[in-house]
Amino acid sequence: MRFPDGKPLRLDSGARLENFQIAYKTWGELNADKTNAVLICHALTLDQYVTGKHPISGKPGWWSRVVGPGMPVDPARHFIICANVVGGCMGSTGPASLNPATGAPYGLSFPVLTIGDMVRAQAMLVEALGIETLFSVIGGSMGGMQVLQWATDYPERLFSAICVAATARHSAQNIALHEVGRQAIMADPDWRAGEYALAGVRPEKGLAVARMGAHITYVSEDALQRKFGRGLQRDGLSWGFDADFQVESYLRHQGVSFVDRFDANAYLYITRAMDYFDLSAAHGGQLSKAFLPARDVRFCVVSFTSDWLYPTRESREIVRALNAAGARVSFLEVVSDKGHDAFLLDEPEMHAALAGFLGATGQERGLT
Amino acid sequence: MNDQREDFLEILKLVRPGARVLDIGCGEGALLELLAREKQVDGRGLEISQAGVSAALARGLAVVQGDADRELADYPDDAFDYAILSQTLQTVRDPRSVLVELLRIAKGAIVSFPNFGHWRVRASLLTKGRMPTTKALPTPWWETPNIHLCTLLDFTDLVEDLGFRIEAASALIRGKPARPMTPGRPLENWRAEAAIFLLTRGEQSATPIKPAPDKLI
Repeated sequence: MRFPDGKPLRLDSGARLENFQIAYKTWGELNADKTNAVLICHALTLDQYVTGKHPISGKPGWWSRVVGPGMPVDPARHFIICANVVGGCMGSTGPASLNPATGAPYGLSFPVLTIGDMVRAQAMLVEALGIETLFSVIGGSMGGMQVLQWATDYPERLFSAICVAATARHSAQNIALHEVGRQAIMADPDWRAGEYALAGVRPEKGLAVARMGAHITYVSEDALQRKFGRGLQRDGLSWGFDADFQVESYLRHQGVSFVDRFDANAYLYITRAMDYFDLSAAHGGQLSKAFLPARDVRFCVVSFTSDWLYPTRESREIVRALNAAGARVSFLEVVSDKGHDAFLLDEPEMHAALAGFLGATGQERGLT
Repeated sequence: MNDQREDFLEILKLVRPGARVLDIGCGEGALLELLAREKQVDGRGLEISQAGVSAALARGLAVVQGDADRELADYPDDAFDYAILSQTLQTVRDPRSVLVELLRIAKGAIVSFPNFGHWRVRASLLTKGRMPTTKALPTPWWETPNIHLCTLLDFTDLVEDLGFRIEAASALIRGKPARPMTPGRPLENWRAEAAIFLLTRGEQSATPIKPAPDKLI
């Protein structure tokens, strides 16, 4: 959906994004009362292809275990929307898009975005689809941050909210890890100060290193050890710097396959938006104040025991603030050794909790 | 109704309709569901087990996974009218702090626990010389979750120490309806298998926390 001139996206930085586009997918039908719409918010490098076959990779959508026929979010009951975030590279306007003012790719002239900007764009999309109130907004990781932002910015448009493996503010460690990734991209000579598209090159090495570093943060030490240990690729050591260890080969593969599907500048912009995220900042550091307007929203917060990127204590902080605000909140800490990525993987306890929560709130909402 | 939890009926009597209630150690949420249905309470739960939280979620209850010893500190002052601790006090690490927390976050605390002064417990220890196992306390010492058992008199001493006020007290005997009692009487300490209390901070409160007699079911 393209928003015409005169309907710009007003950004937290004060800038405006004119004539911007949001790429989105929907599943199921909006009911007559328009009460069954569910918005799914995606994580850093994911996209709108939540379920079904991904058009590029050919693999199942990233949350096929949560969204789909017979799943907790079911197109038979729900009208499901997922949009590529603004600043992304899967069809929504981002730094790789052409700047209508110049006819050239934005590159670094693209305005710096926030999670709040992404959510504002989603709210414009939801409104344009004729939906006043979402039955639920659901997301994990950066998607969970968007869920919290929705709850503070548009609580009157939400009936329920599910925030999985997320945080209400990026920690120093979170920012530090992102900074390493960004520096890797910017150190690649092919990055060319962000103007690589004009030169017909891509900073593939830098982006791959950024992804390798980030990938380590998505898995737990135990999971990595169990999967690879000190296993070697071949018999014996190479006495050099080839990928001797299976874990090295695995990471290199993660890096190389990532550059095929992701834009380096989009990676810079989206990680920046996450680093800027601190819901309590506008409320004197008091997160509970951010949630005061969301007292009538039914919340479900989920964390994983082995997630060291957004650990359980950060979800507890969200729960504490919601409680202090008087909101109806449920919280579940799922025992898993799969690390942050557990939210994307086969975690029956999480799936059962989401199904239970959505079933019960669906009844309250009059959904069958 | 689960016949093992006669205390639920007594709790139902103590809670004012429409009250804000936190049930600590709520399990799968049976009591919260009962209170919501019968007393239209605005209920929340705290439960340590993942399975309990999942089951409560599916019942449409707002339940947070957490530990009474740690997570009560996360609730603001006066967040609730009642904090309920049903058959859980004897399992926490620091019962004194938990009681203080209950009456910080709620105007009234409803607390039930097995009475270690019950005659069967005393008789069991006296005749067998081993840690008592009774119907109310069935698990052997090495696997019991009950790490801070007390008698009725111990409990009333602690309540007095803390300056709290006992608004109501009932004796529970398995399979029988709860019976109001004076908890300081030594005879009750022999007779009550378990006890249930409604406590307040002992200060003058604008809202009467004790239900009017006509509200009793």
